[in-house]
Amino acid sequence: MSEIAPAPLPGFGVGRAMRRVVGRGFPWIAASILLLVLVCALGSPLIAPHAPDAISLRDAMQPPVWQEGGTTRFLLGTDNLGRDILSRIIAGARISVTIAAYAIVLSGFIGALLGMAAGYFGGIVDAVISRLIDIQMSVPALPLAMLFAAVLPPGEAMVVIVIVLTYWTWYARIVRGEVLSLRERDYIALAKVAGVSTPMIFLRHLTPNILNIMLVLATLQFGSVIVFEAGLSFLGLGIQPPQVSWGGMLADGRNFIEVAWWLITVPGIAIMAACLASNLLGDWLRDTFDPMRRQL
Amino acid sequence: MTLLALHGVSCHFSMPGGRALKAVDGVDLAVEAGQTFALVGESGCGKSTLAKLVLGLERLHAGRIVFDGTDVADLDRSGRRRFRARVQAVFQDPYSSLNPRLRVGTILSEPLTARGERGRAVQARTAEVLELVGLPENAARLYPHEFSGGQRQRITIARALVPQPELIVLDEPVSALDVSIRAQILNLLQDLQNELSLSYLLIAHDLALVEHTSDRLGVMYLGEIVESGPSAEVFAEPRHPYTQALLAAVPRPDPGHPRASGHVTGEIATALDPPSGCRFHPRCPHVMEVCRSVSPAVHTRRDTEADGTNLVRCHLAAT
Repeated sequence: MSEIAPAPLPGFGVGRAMRRVVGRGFPWIAASILLLVLVCALGSPLIAPHAPDAISLRDAMQPPVWQEGGTTRFLLGTDNLGRDILSRIIAGARISVTIAAYAIVLSGFIGALLGMAAGYFGGIVDAVISRLIDIQMSVPALPLAMLFAAVLPPGEAMVVIVIVLTYWTWYARIVRGEVLSLRERDYIALAKVAGVSTPMIFLRHLTPNILNIMLVLATLQFGSVIVFEAGLSFLGLGIQPPQVSWGGMLADGRNFIEVAWWLITVPGIAIMAACLASNLLGDWLRDTFDPMRRQL
Repeated sequence: MTLLALHGVSCHFSMPGGRALKAVDGVDLAVEAGQTFALVGESGCGKSTLAKLVLGLERLHAGRIVFDGTDVADLDRSGRRRFRARVQAVFQDPYSSLNPRLRVGTILSEPLTARGERGRAVQARTAEVLELVGLPENAARLYPHEFSGGQRQRITIARALVPQPELIVLDEPVSALDVSIRAQILNLLQDLQNELSLSYLLIAHDLALVEHTSDRLGVMYLGEIVESGPSAEVFAEPRHPYTQALLAAVPRPDPGHPRASGHVTGEIATALDPPSGCRFHPRCPHVMEVCRSVSPAVHTRRDTEADGTNLVRCHLAAT
């Protein structure tokens, strides 16, 4: 008769918390890709083997290293002006992440504040903010971007403004719904009875309870923002040369698609990977924070 | 001495279609200092709305709330802040009453930090109230989910005690607890009342609980108080058919005890469209023709007393 193996003991404390976070189905690949993008963004001048805008016509149109004619000097090849694609991808990550960070923080803050106000105060405040959300959501983002491109000087600030205007409704809608249920909790009523001021109720009792959902939204938004920014830059409405952006690289490479496939394939893969990774991580976070689907 | 007095207090909610839901309609009651006034009635009778009115969580549509001789509506900003500290609350659900993301110490210090107190005094007071409710001092460092339901209710009681209130509104304080825990919490409330000379406005649907814990009793039906008076007297001699029915419905642990007559059928009517005449007439076992059309006047429960707190709202009492 074989011995009965003792059941593994459940972990406790930090160990159990760690296992809950990184254990079941943690999207390692997605997280690694996002980490890589972040490292590129933060350390781009140090990591990049060449200056992203160093033109060297002698080295133009070098294929990637693994293809015939490629050299190890330019791992991912060069473009029509002899600029190193790898260095440009790394520099582009910096722009994408910077814009995404500003856009996420600003749209998250504005959206959360308006959503909290709508959910908490109700009545006329809710009516006004909810209609504002409806109006904003019915305006397509691209014409809005074109309008702004015509009025404002193109560049990072304009891209951030367009993205914030498009995405704050995400946060506002979801936070409003969450706060609608939170405000009925007894601890909100008891805080009022204790004489806690409304700003303190927002800060102390509402904000910590919506942070989970904000984190999920922000992670999901990261992917959308990268694609959106690439789209704007591709159309020439976003980041302007000589600044490097993934969308701009796509636009430049389009003319040479028949002779140099790597010019649009490499930035295309970068955009796709970053977006997919953030969506996978966001989905996982949502499932983890959703108590209905959490299994301990 | 009367600590809290309600005169003709009403609270209406406007509903779609321009109709008004009269959740509380012309309620008079008085809570004596150091005593417990119990408010009983079935779900939907407006007792929780009344609690919210007293706590200032709902807007008053008519009537006056007088606390310690001052009309609450007349208070200025600082007066209101002081009033906040003097009236605190304990609610039914100890899970919903504590923010899961705050430590118990933070929750307890909230009434003090809200008025700008900081530092050692706050900590000392926190430790003090934890001791009063029988929890260890290190409870302050833990989160609410680390406590059981009964312990959580002790924490909400401790929180209510922090600003040294005179009146605590207890809205179904033990209904969500296990029967074995109820007695502990009720004894704790009793001890605190004696020790700190607190007044309670106790809201309950459980008459058995009220019988032993209250000094005075008010029975609510569809937003109105239909009978009120000293608990012992109301229990001994209920005059209103609704009170009689409620008492008859209390289960007696005695199989030989005959079931009292006059039990009530049907559901409580909606406050959106209360019945004409006496609001209780569709369910009343003693209904008369006059009840269907004429709203009953308020009569004193006994001829000997006429101090305005010993009342019954029924046509039967007129004869």
